[in-house]
Amino acid sequence: MIDAIDLSMVNWARAQFALTAMYHWIFVPLTLGLSFLLAFFETLYVRTGNEEWKRITKFWMSLFAVNFAIGVATGIILEFEFGTNWSNYSWMVGDIFGAPLAAEGIFAFFLEATFFAVMFFGWNRVSKRFHLLSTWMVAIGSNLSALWILVANGWMQFPVGMQFNPDSARFEMENFFEVLLSPMAIDKFTHATSSSFQIGALFVVAVSSWFLLRKRHLEMAKRSIIVASVFGLIASIFVAFTGDESAYNVAQKQPMKLAAIEGLYQGDTNCALCAVGILNPDQKPGQTSDPYLFAIKLPGALSFLATRTFDGFVPGINDLVYGNPEQGVVGVTDKVDSGRIAVEQLALYKGARKEANDQVAETALATFKEHEANLGYGFLQSPEEAIPPVALSFYSFRVMVGLGTYFPILFILMLVFTLRETIENKRWLLGLGVISLFLGYLASEAGWVVAEVGRQPWAIQGLLPVSVARSNLTTATVAGTFFMFLFLFTILLIAEIRIMLKQISIGPEEK
Amino acid sequence: MLKNIYHFYVEGFRSMVLGRTLWKIILIKLTILLLLANFILPNYLNKHFATDAQRAEHVIDNLTVAKRTNGK
Repeated sequence: MIDAIDLSMVNWARAQFALTAMYHWIFVPLTLGLSFLLAFFETLYVRTGNEEWKRITKFWMSLFAVNFAIGVATGIILEFEFGTNWSNYSWMVGDIFGAPLAAEGIFAFFLEATFFAVMFFGWNRVSKRFHLLSTWMVAIGSNLSALWILVANGWMQFPVGMQFNPDSARFEMENFFEVLLSPMAIDKFTHATSSSFQIGALFVVAVSSWFLLRKRHLEMAKRSIIVASVFGLIASIFVAFTGDESAYNVAQKQPMKLAAIEGLYQGDTNCALCAVGILNPDQKPGQTSDPYLFAIKLPGALSFLATRTFDGFVPGINDLVYGNPEQGVVGVTDKVDSGRIAVEQLALYKGARKEANDQVAETALATFKEHEANLGYGFLQSPEEAIPPVALSFYSFRVMVGLGTYFPILFILMLVFTLRETIENKRWLLGLGVISLFLGYLASEAGWVVAEVGRQPWAIQGLLPVSVARSNLTTATVAGTFFMFLFLFTILLIAEIRIMLKQISIGPEEK
Repeated sequence: MLKNIYHFYVEGFRSMVLGRTLWKIILIKLTILLLLANFILPNYLNKHFATDAQRAEHVIDNLTVAKRTNGK
């Protein structure tokens, strides 16, 4: 197994980025989800005038502050890594990402400087309604702030609204709204935020369950569970819908990712979806044998997911790599040929421009434009390189969906037993409530593994593979900083957990 | 108005309890990030090239002299 791991520079850079992104994603979903729960708790306080809701709001606000303080600026490290490890990519997308990331920075700064301050400092110093407005603005603003980075990610999965400038080597934005409103950007935003709402709800359920197990702060815990379970349940329904829409768009725009997620090698009509399964680790591209050692399948479900009809054709890895003219699928083999022409013409254009040979430059540019859509394929050494890691995509997807199916059941049970006033006796359920926070994080991180590993080898879908997106650094340099970050993040995570546990054990203010 | 806002922030910071610890963490982290940005994670293109034209040239070179080494 170890022999199979490719320890090249680009993979160290990928590992470093994955480590940083996954660490960053510990804090982000909790901020996004918990901020709305704070707004709900405080709304109940303002509407009812019941001081218990204020006490509840202030307690969860203190945990929100801990999470925010530790998480703040972890995303900036990702931006540093772009410039250091992924300089070709960073240069090429600068024009596309500049606007959304600048908007995020400005938006976040003004939001944090104003409404955060009122939310934390403003109790009894501004009116109840203005304080409530500030809490809502923090919730809405934090989630909108996440929009921009998710738009950027959506663009990498489905690059639209731009044109490649062969003189500056940059993708230049032509239509901001096409970038902002691309189906992939909308899917990323709606699915990531709604799954973050689940994390927020699971966090409140977990801490409240712990209080109930310890027979502490019973009233606060039960009220918190009711609000969080309702929010978590609504979020779960939304997650399911946005997940389905996301899968449909992946089928249309990134069919190779869907094929990898399903471990589907041979495409078919009326294609079954593998609900639970074990992949045959020896399966190779081009083989037509059964890719599963064991599988429970839902007949026609994958066709419906991908085409919205039960008899629609879903291409498999073999169709996508080697082509399937019968079904109108152009294979990677053909795209590689086209991509190599694009690379050659780009080189020819560059040389002609240097020599001021306008006629050759013009012809080269025209030919380049014909093949530009397959530019990235020109850098692949073999068509099989276009296949993402199948096993990691396949199992991560099942972890995400399996847990995503479990969470609404948990929220329903929590809600029912709390409303019946029997939750304190259901110690097994309370134990499950505590553990489920970690399962929530597992599902959330697995979702990003599906999204990001599933689109390999591309940094920008079809246009730029990670092997070209990287900087010209040595493996030792990147490996060294990887371990430095691993150490740093471990220390920070331990600090966060300790402060968080201390704050939880202090509990809410005394009545 | 400005005086009120100033006092709002000053009194808010003064009355912090948990916030003091959290601000310490934020400041330590920002210091580490600043050091990282300058010494450990410099911008590759800014470090090695002086002008945008040179940076563009370098990236075009990387695209056209296609990397067949796959990052090794």
